[in-house]
Amino acid sequence: MKFSLGAIQYYWPQQVVKNFYRQAAESAVDIVYLGETVCSKRRELKFADWLQVAHELREAGKQVVLSTMTLLEAPSELRELRKYCDNGEFLVEANDVGAIRLLQDNQLPFVAGAAINCYNQHTLRQLMTMGMSRWVMPVELSRDWLQKLLQQPMVKDVRDCLEVEVFSFGHMPLAWSGRCFTARSENRAKDQCELCCIKYPEGRRVDSQEGQQVFVLNGIQTQSGTRYNLVNQLPSMQGLVDIVRLSPQLEDTFTWLEKFRQNQHGEQRQALEPNDSNGYWMALAGLVQTA
Amino acid sequence: MELLCPAGSMPALKAAIENGADAVYVGLKDETNARHFAGLNLDQAGLTEAVRFAHSHGKKLHVAINTFAHADSWENWRKAVDMAVKCGADVLILADIAVLAYAAERYPQVELHLSVQASATNAAAIEFYQQFHVKRVVLPRVLSMNQVRTLARTTDVDLEVFAFGSLCIMAEGRCYLSSYMTGESPNTAGACSPAKYVRWDEHEDGSLESRLNNILIDTFAPNETAGYPTLCKGRFTVGEDTYHALEEPTSLNTLSLLPELHKEGIVSLKIEGRQRSPAYVAQLTRVWRQAIDKVLADPANFAVQPDWNTTLAGLSEGSQTTLGAYHRKWK
Repeated sequence: MKFSLGAIQYYWPQQVVKNFYRQAAESAVDIVYLGETVCSKRRELKFADWLQVAHELREAGKQVVLSTMTLLEAPSELRELRKYCDNGEFLVEANDVGAIRLLQDNQLPFVAGAAINCYNQHTLRQLMTMGMSRWVMPVELSRDWLQKLLQQPMVKDVRDCLEVEVFSFGHMPLAWSGRCFTARSENRAKDQCELCCIKYPEGRRVDSQEGQQVFVLNGIQTQSGTRYNLVNQLPSMQGLVDIVRLSPQLEDTFTWLEKFRQNQHGEQRQALEPNDSNGYWMALAGLVQTA
Repeated sequence: MELLCPAGSMPALKAAIENGADAVYVGLKDETNARHFAGLNLDQAGLTEAVRFAHSHGKKLHVAINTFAHADSWENWRKAVDMAVKCGADVLILADIAVLAYAAERYPQVELHLSVQASATNAAAIEFYQQFHVKRVVLPRVLSMNQVRTLARTTDVDLEVFAFGSLCIMAEGRCYLSSYMTGESPNTAGACSPAKYVRWDEHEDGSLESRLNNILIDTFAPNETAGYPTLCKGRFTVGEDTYHALEEPTSLNTLSLLPELHKEGIVSLKIEGRQRSPAYVAQLTRVWRQAIDKVLADPANFAVQPDWNTTLAGLSEGSQTTLGAYHRKWK
């Protein structure tokens, strides 16, 4: 079982990002995804800066994957996407089928991110024909769903050529919109957002009128109010999941990485925090926490 | 420019065609479409009848098979495609890559449209789906008019846009908010904020609470109009403020954009609402038929007639309409 760090979903100042990846280089993580996946206006790090971080992490022995934008609308965003797909040295995670199209043109292998709609064995095989070498399961799917999919003979035949990755820790990306909800929360128009996301390195919390945390606003992205945490489900991933993804959080990401690593076979179960959830993996509503 | 109207039943389909729809889209009575509600949609006999009725009036019938196939019941999606073709449907509206690949290979003569659930928002994504010979792409409701215009000028595929109805503010087919709260989403179960999870609590003072799977979505004062608790349209608290943090309960209405959509060569205007009544479909279709006829006859002098907007507002969520993402400032 390998461990990965997903792309940072929030808008952090450049120094915070660089410090984070310095820690990543020294950590036991195997794979690191880099790049801006949420909003093309966030440019604390430009493409060249990401490549520099990528080289440093590779020298530290990490596998580096460049992760691409999820909601692509403008031609300028496609031009930026092309830079990622044409980088020439690092594997690319496609978070939109537009990226798959460009990577297909280049005849390059790719990682299909969790926002690519792959729900069944036939779609999985189609994507593999196009070059998918690693599949990140959609966040809303369960262990049951994964097991049923991987048991299909047409998947078993090619399972050796595919890595399966599961989003296992952090606030889950649940939706993307044309509208920017962080700007809206400050009564700003999207075009006059002044990059206000940078003030909210953990996103903006959304509560129901009874005080239950329901969502987190992160620009055009809406995240789960709960922190997904499958640390105690790692034993049930054995034989199904090759890579366990942790999504960078402002605090304690590397502490949790260690806790995950130490509980791969259930050796050190962890107490969950009140705002942790694991429902999706258990085929329940995503926000549920089960023991 | 085609007027494409929704129908969840034979009476709604007749209402659409008798009031001026050029084409009607329907779903089958199972999880293969994104309006999988009790009492809605057509079985094989109903579909045969729908095709016969549409064709006898010189109109087209589209069948939406636009959810994502499950690992253990792929056969249901394959059979849905087979049945729709066998019944004589003119068009299949598809979203799943595997279903697209199957239909393109097995029925190359049948016209395929890419469902909004496939979330193709850019030229590269459209090119991706052209591998499966889609003739038309239904654009998600997250794009601005400027972005629609850019796409119309760069792609050679036909484009269809949403003209009126419930406003989905997220990139469709990539929104898991509903399963996060209830365990069921449009992608996995064919419905958003399913009715079986809805609860209304009325208090002694006449105020009302709406809940989805026990989570409080909104509260309403005694004289306030209460809307269905679609979870992205509730009132929540961010910082010090309690407001519609994601979206107000309004409907999309693009009447005022008609001349521009026409100018950019948009081939079809889609009306949302397979879950709506025949009377609703009839009223809407009548207004849009008149509006499209006016724009086709004389685009330069097109003006939205006040009575059209009055009728549409009466048919809208919260009696309000918006241009949504088409209007840049909405974002």
